[in-house]
Amino acid sequence: MSQIGPVLVDGVIYSAWLFIAAVGLTLVYGVMKILNVTHGSFYALGAYAGASLTGAWLAKGYPPMLSYAVLLGGALLAALVVAPAIERGLLRFMYAKDEVVILLVTYALFLILEDAIKLIWGVNPYFVAEPYALLGSFVVGGLKYPTYNLILVGLALALAAGLAWVLRGTRAGKLLSAVIHDPEMSRALGVNVDRFYLVTFTFGCFLAALGGSFTSPTVSVVPGLGVDVIVLSFAVVVIGGLGSLPGAALGAVIVGLVRSVSVHYLPQVELFVIYSVMALVLAIRPRGLFGLAEPRRI
Amino acid sequence: MEGLRKVAIAGLLAALSGGVLAQQPVKVGFVMFLSGPAASPFGVPAKNSADFIVDELNAGKGPAPYGKVGFGGSKIEMVAIDEAGPTTSVVTEYRNLVQRSNVDLVIGYISSGSCLAIAPVAEELKKLTNFFDCGTPRIFEDASYKYVFRTSPTATMDSVGAALFVKEAKSGVKSIAGLNQNYAWGQDSWGDFEASMKVLVPGVEVKTSQMPKLFAGQYNAEISSLLGAGADVIHSSFWDGDLEALILQASPRGLMDKSMTILTTGETAMHKLAAQIPDGTVLGARGPFGPYAPDNAYNRWFAKGFEARFQAPPNYASYQMAQAILGVKAAWEKAMAANGGKRPTNEEVGAALENMTFEGPGGQVRIAIGKGHQAIMETAYGMTKRVGGKLTMVSVKRYPAEMVNPPEGVKSGDWIKSGFKK
Repeated sequence: MSQIGPVLVDGVIYSAWLFIAAVGLTLVYGVMKILNVTHGSFYALGAYAGASLTGAWLAKGYPPMLSYAVLLGGALLAALVVAPAIERGLLRFMYAKDEVVILLVTYALFLILEDAIKLIWGVNPYFVAEPYALLGSFVVGGLKYPTYNLILVGLALALAAGLAWVLRGTRAGKLLSAVIHDPEMSRALGVNVDRFYLVTFTFGCFLAALGGSFTSPTVSVVPGLGVDVIVLSFAVVVIGGLGSLPGAALGAVIVGLVRSVSVHYLPQVELFVIYSVMALVLAIRPRGLFGLAEPRRI
Repeated sequence: MEGLRKVAIAGLLAALSGGVLAQQPVKVGFVMFLSGPAASPFGVPAKNSADFIVDELNAGKGPAPYGKVGFGGSKIEMVAIDEAGPTTSVVTEYRNLVQRSNVDLVIGYISSGSCLAIAPVAEELKKLTNFFDCGTPRIFEDASYKYVFRTSPTATMDSVGAALFVKEAKSGVKSIAGLNQNYAWGQDSWGDFEASMKVLVPGVEVKTSQMPKLFAGQYNAEISSLLGAGADVIHSSFWDGDLEALILQASPRGLMDKSMTILTTGETAMHKLAAQIPDGTVLGARGPFGPYAPDNAYNRWFAKGFEARFQAPPNYASYQMAQAILGVKAAWEKAMAANGGKRPTNEEVGAALENMTFEGPGGQVRIAIGKGHQAIMETAYGMTKRVGGKLTMVSVKRYPAEMVNPPEGVKSGDWIKSGFKK
């Protein structure tokens, strides 16, 4: 029987990873009403950019401690190069269309980006293991954990706090709330709605790329990396309520802890436990835990 | 007189066309993952192997008895397609290969799911099909085929070999644990390993069996559970990115130092993750391939040529592809010799391949079970040891084919439960 300490630590680490991977999806949906399937592609792009840039950085003999900044730079690069091109070049022409049409457009883009990734990086895996072991480890319940996991937890907490502050405590956040609730009226009052859409989409994609980039030291970066992430992210944001930031956070915590408990105590049910939770939540609250009757909320 | 002349002309034309036909290229369909997660560890090394072997054979550069150009003097024409996609599309692509591309035979398939789906279709289309990599023993245990062969051993050999190695290398083993992917391959591999261990070490305790979904990627909780369980031995049949992620995540946490860890497909990661695999980790190569391949003329030709061309050593999928092509070549030429040098039919090649024994870069291949359609080979396991910064295999144990494969007509599961009765 596992001790409770490692169960909680594993749950928190997985929750942090899930939140970083999923929060951009709910942000873009909350503001733009776009269920962005390319979210998975940006996760993969971030992983590839992070792994290849950090690999090159370390190969040149530059300070390993700065490799975390390179991972961040990789995510920024992936999002800033690709996301604005998609939003300005394609999505802005679709805003008047039905949500399902936009969903299909982002799905098509997802397939295109999957092939583009293969054209750029090929099919061989990329590894950048150094940042994972660089910071040493800590011990909980007699079990060793790489300290790198605390970076993920810290990143998730910083993202949650930062987003909450921007949305509720800044002028830009208040203007964004206005755009969310009534884009036409906001436009009439002089708010540059197009710019809010561009920035939100790019930032949402950056969050996905950030998740991929900071995951790359722990995995083999291979084609198809983003497929499972989009499914898991969707489960998390649906549990929390599509478009709700607190919902995404709570959804990630619930999924992370439930999965950890099942792995430690009842591994036979691990495969379907996440989706069972999703089904249960939807049966009781069809809009998710934080989903309200309003059409848009963040 | 006129009739006699017509017969003579017809005979001449037939002889000429026979000669032309014999020299026509042999169109071979090759199917393996060229995209998706299985492309890098299996599909691409297998495709590279096919490219190398076909070019060498077409140039008549194979070592004896493979020195004849192509198959029996006819050059081999490759038609390579991607195995990726749902099973329905894999079957559709197979039908396209046979009915539209008109290939003479097919060599391919990595996924056990693909093999199970393709076997009855190959039979229906009467097309000689040689599975080169997939592992499930169910193909020839649950059905009989005339046109379907497999020149690589089944997954049962990997699990039984792993259990035999553990018993020898870890004296006094009392407990085991597993980390395997939750689908046919992972479940069968763990099932056979667990059953074999229970036969070899009566009373062995199973601490935990973790079965995360395929390509889950994050294994912190599973690793914690395994660390907490503290089993003497951990078995994993993880492959591809899952195997690499496991090594990357488990190594800094000391999992492989705490318990003897046996990775049955670990050879595919040993070159890429040499720095992360600790000493004492047990690696399998699904047969006598890669570091376990014998020092024979075929291996010297194959391994050196492959590495020179692709700047990377061949892995076990490369070896399996090489021996699949060489096996068909040997059968093709045996069938030609039996029919007076004419181009053989699929039925003639199949008859020649049944119960055949041939040599390849991995050593002797005997198509001895599955009513003469399923190969058996010896297998080997060893432990990693870093020597001069390079990962090498030490304490290598080899197990003869009969010791790790069931006898003809006996199902793998029944054979293990019977205590490996011959």
